[in-house]
Amino acid sequence: MEIREKTVDRNLLLELSGELDHHAARKAMEEMEMAIDAAVPLKLVLDLGGVTFMDSSGIALLLRARRRMEALGGNLMVCHVPDQARRVLDAAGINRLITIR
Amino acid sequence: MKTSNYINMEFLSRSSNEAFARVAVACFAAQLDPTLDEIGDIKTAVSEAVTNAIVHAYPDELGKISLKARIYEGNVLELVIKDWGRGIPDVEQARQPLFTTGGEERSGMGFTIMESFMDRLSVRSRVGKGTTVTMRKRISVRATGAK
Repeated sequence: MEIREKTVDRNLLLELSGELDHHAARKAMEEMEMAIDAAVPLKLVLDLGGVTFMDSSGIALLLRARRRMEALGGNLMVCHVPDQARRVLDAAGINRLITIR
Repeated sequence: MKTSNYINMEFLSRSSNEAFARVAVACFAAQLDPTLDEIGDIKTAVSEAVTNAIVHAYPDELGKISLKARIYEGNVLELVIKDWGRGIPDVEQARQPLFTTGGEERSGMGFTIMESFMDRLSVRSRVGKGTTVTMRKRISVRATGAK
């Protein structure tokens, strides 16, 4: 799992690529939190376009991102969700909690 | 039901084996000519079951996980994931959406996803003895040339 980071003004874009399972999730969460702490963004965009596999570990990461952004008074958006990951999010009903484009 | 093919494997509860398990099962299931969605669902269900064993059955130690995949006549895939770890005190509670004892790193959606992606899910567990998760999915039969 790799995370590429771009910050413009107070918008933080994190582009995730690779497999997001339990094995990869801890490091991914740590990287995401470090990026949030450094940028203190008003808006966080998680781009899942490069994610080749995701299980419920990815849901835990998205929920963590949501909690962090709520604590900052900011917004979270998730975009470019591949089909396999979208089926996981749909099965869990996550689209009721998080904005997915 | 008559078995037409099977594989048995055993591996240590290291998280690096999650990817191995789901890819191995996906390769075995490929002979049923599943759609991309079906193969994705199978890989996800395997990943959830194996992760549960790694995180919850053996939280403080490494242990043995067994994975059996069988193909029955009628294009039915059966997966049996077994551990000899701590066991689940209350299986019904564990199957509830968002229930987890795994902290913020877990979403509590593993069993919900397994149920959603497979046709049948059964969980047998005894505290101190281990847990066996059995899942079945019928793979749709596609007309030749319909890919």
